Parts: sequence; C-alpha cells; structure tokens
Amino acid sequence: MTMDDSLRELYQEVILDHSRHPRHFGVLADATHMGEGHNPLCGDKVKIYLHVDAHDKISGISFEGKGCAISQASASLMTEMLEGRTVAEAEQLMGGFLHLVKGEDASDLGEDDRDRLDVMAGVSAFPMRVKCATLAWHTMKSALEDGGIAKSE
Amino acid sequence: MNAPAKIFDVNAVRKDFTILGRQVYGKPLVYLDNAASAQKPDQVLDGMRDFATSEYANVHRGVHYLSATATDRYEEARRKVQKFLNAKYEDEIVFTKGGTEAINLVSYGYLSATIQPGDEIVLTTMEHHSNIVPWHFLRERQGAVLKWVDVEDDGSLDIEKLDAAISAKTKLVAVTHMSNVLGTITPLKEIVARAHAKGVPVLADGCQGSVHTVVDVQALDIDFYVITGHKLYGPTGIGALYGKRALLKTMRPYNGGGEMIAEVTREKITYAPPPARFEAGTPPIIEAVGLAAAIDYLTGIDRIAAQAHEHALLQKARAGLKELNWARVIGDAPGKGSLVAFEADGMHAHDLATILDREGIAVRAGHHCAQVLMERFAVASTTRASFAFYNTTEEVDALLAALRKARDILG
Repeated sequence: MTMDDSLRELYQEVILDHSRHPRHFGVLADATHMGEGHNPLCGDKVKIYLHVDAHDKISGISFEGKGCAISQASASLMTEMLEGRTVAEAEQLMGGFLHLVKGEDASDLGEDDRDRLDVMAGVSAFPMRVKCATLAWHTMKSALEDGGIAKSE
Repeated sequence: MNAPAKIFDVNAVRKDFTILGRQVYGKPLVYLDNAASAQKPDQVLDGMRDFATSEYANVHRGVHYLSATATDRYEEARRKVQKFLNAKYEDEIVFTKGGTEAINLVSYGYLSATIQPGDEIVLTTMEHHSNIVPWHFLRERQGAVLKWVDVEDDGSLDIEKLDAAISAKTKLVAVTHMSNVLGTITPLKEIVARAHAKGVPVLADGCQGSVHTVVDVQALDIDFYVITGHKLYGPTGIGALYGKRALLKTMRPYNGGGEMIAEVTREKITYAPPPARFEAGTPPIIEAVGLAAAIDYLTGIDRIAAQAHEHALLQKARAGLKELNWARVIGDAPGKGSLVAFEADGMHAHDLATILDREGIAVRAGHHCAQVLMERFAVASTTRASFAFYNTTEEVDALLAALRKARDILG
C-alpha cells in the first residue's frame, strides 16, 4: 500500500462524515453515568453520557467533545454501536476495538461488528494516532466504572 | 548607496547537518519543528565526541591531568556563553539542564525566600508553560499574585499595558523574548527601562529569542536571561541562566550536593559563591562543551544574513498561507521571528500534521505548551512551522503543497 493509500484509508469518507456530522452529539438528559476524557498532549476532550437501565443495558448514549477527525469519528461510531448493548457486551466490544486499531488480532470481534468497525482499522498504520481513536472508548469505560451519577430520589 | 545584502549560502550550511540528508517515509526530510528543538551540526556532535574521547573527566575535583583539561573546557564553555550574551563577568553564567531549570532556579532561589502573600509577578499571556508554572508555584504555595498582561490581537505587546501592570507590589517582570507560538519579539530594552524605573527586576525567557536575535544583556540592562542549548543547535541537557552578579549573590541554592559548598560540618554548611553555588553535583560537562561548539558554529556564520534568510522563508510561508484562505495565522506582530502558527478551517491540527508527516514534513501540532495563549485566541490547537537558517525556499514550497493536499484529503 502506498503512503497516499494509507492516508486515504485513514481519512476515508465514513470517518470524515462521522467527524463532520457526529451522531448522538450533546448532553443526555437522563444519564446515569458520565465520564470525561482528556488527552493532554493534543488538548482533545470528550464527555460520554450513558443511560444504563435496570437490565444493565445501555438504553441511551451521547458524547460531547472537541478534537481531531479521528477522535470525533471514533466517539460518534462508538455511540452508534453501543446503544442497546449490555455493559458486558460494551466492554467486550471495546476489547476487540483496541485490538483492531493497534493492528493486533481482532478475531474476538463478531463478523458484523468487525465490518462496521473496519473504517477505523486504518489507524493501526499511524501509531501516534491510536490514542485519538481510543480516547472515547476509555472514557466510556471509566464512565461505567467510576462515573455513576448520584440521583437524589 | 548601501552595500547589497549578502546572500546566505544555505546549501553550504546544510552540509553541516547530516540529519537533513535523510528521508522520512521515502520523502526528503523537511524539518520545520525547529522551535521545539533544532538539529545539530556535525561540528557540535564531533566536538562532543572528540572531547569525550580525548579530554574527558569530572570537573573541579581531581588533581590529575584529564580533570584539569576537562575543567578548562567546561569553564571555557562558560566564557563562550558569557561572550555570546555579552555578559560582563563569567561568574554571571550558571549552567543548568535547560531553560526550564533556569527559570525554576530564579523562582526558588531569588523570589521564594522573600515573597509575601499579595506580592505580584507580572507576566504576559504569550508565555510558554516554563515561564508560567514556576510562578504559579509561588502563587499556590506562598500567596503570590500573577498579573497577566494580555497581548494584542496581532500578537504584539503593548508596552503601556505592561507598564500599567507594574505596581509597588511587583517583585518581578517575567516575559518572553520571543513567543514560541506568535513569533512576537518583545521590546526587551523598553520593558527593562520601564520596570527599572519602578525598581522592579526583569527576567526574559530567551529560549527562542537567543536563537533568532543577537542578545546583549548589558545593553538590555536585563537582570535575568535564560537560554537552552538544544534550540541553539546544541545538545539537550544543557542551558544557562544569566543573572547580574549582585542578584546571583543574594540567591539561595536550589539543589544541594557536591561542588556548591564552601564548607560542610556536622553542624552547618556554607555555600560556594555563584555560579558554583547553583551547580550542585556533576554538571553536564560534555553537553557544556557541545553548547560551546554550537555557539562557535553560530558565531561563525553570518548571523545577520542568516536572519534575513529566515525572514524571507517566513514571508514566503506567510504569503502562501494567505493564498490558501482557509488558514488563520495566529500572530502577525511587526518584526516577528521566523515561525508561523495557524488554525485551519474545519481541520484539526493533528489531522493536518499527520498528512504533512507522510510527506516528510515535520511540524508541531497542538497547544505548544502555551495553553493560556490558546485560550486568549480561542483556539484548541494550531499547526506551527518554525524555520531555521538551514531551511530552504523549496521546503516552504513543499509545506504549502502538502497543505493543499491535506485540504484535498480532509475536504
């Protein structure tokens, strides 16, 4: 693959579309969990909001943030893919995603998930950018683990 | 009629920098990250190697031949820095591990012993974190107040605003000589005159300014001036603090250890006079020799012609960015130094820098350790191209072509 090909793969239309028109962007009013992620090297910031229902299912998810095309697209794609999954499924998907963007064996991803996440696979050719792609996912995980929003009722 | 400006022979100097001949991703390296760290000429690298292979030992300690030789070379390096900055006395030059350590030394050694709650330190919004955080320490730990002088929209500094910020409570003015983001060169002589009129000393962060201007600390009458070796085409791990002799004498040491003492007993210690007082432990000896070689190199080229060449590169880049019309340059102060930072419409600096990187072009993307300034200009991150005398007009063309390509890819 030539250098231009790897750049075109990194910045393919799906990625640019997600970064320009992010899905699930904004505050989630009834969030049960919230996490904030920050990459001090580049100043990228992201907030992830989740609503986890009584069956441990992510029934709502959104994000807010500023950053590069990779970090924004990754966050947007993540919100699309996690809605409706259980917390355990979300963590499993994250594991597969991390393998994928690091260029490792990602056979732990199901076929459909692999197909949908494939647009992010180009990141593996750019080691300095892996952190951009993983920021939203790590933030999601920390929101689920430590980001419970206390309710007064 | 004036003599015609001398033509700077860029191809001749490029031969001295071996690394400039290498390729990155199969493309010729275009190194435009000089404000982060400059490349080193063979004269510096060879000089360090020659010293280490024939004259090296610890300094100021042994009675043996090599120790005496190494001490001579180390102290010769100090005199070269003295001459480079035109300091009056060689004991006004303290070797540090870099610019950051030099500023921390002033914060701790000069101010922290005497500063009272409510005392003020005046600084500008274009300072690098290294000239902000050591003063924040004094705010956080001792109740000092940071008084910020904002820069103008074009990046210039209004001397009247700075003057107005200096009050009876001001203990120090800490200001950059040249901004690492805006390129602004500050009117140091005027700043010092205004501050001294109110009895306030001035520290200048010269990490960029010493690279792109000829510095004369006596003419400036400045109290503290800070340089770092690695931006001056020298090695990492070495920098220097210039301080007026009378001020250095009043300062307490920052590190304790060997070489900085006069006498140590079970009950008490007495300190060595400056500069040894501030150079505890084995200093960066080989690096000091490397810094001296870098200064020899810099003073050996025609610096005025080199500056004119750098300025021409800046003008070309500036004009090219204007044509692109989607790049907003941050900092257009008159007489600015040879770097240009910009924000690109709809494109994040890291995406741009990744595409430039694959073209072999090294630029800096991010907040440039100047978050206060980023906030001032309401930008999250910018892309910065910073030029050295060894850069060429063809490299500016390559930068501009790569930016057009990035626009094509990122839309």
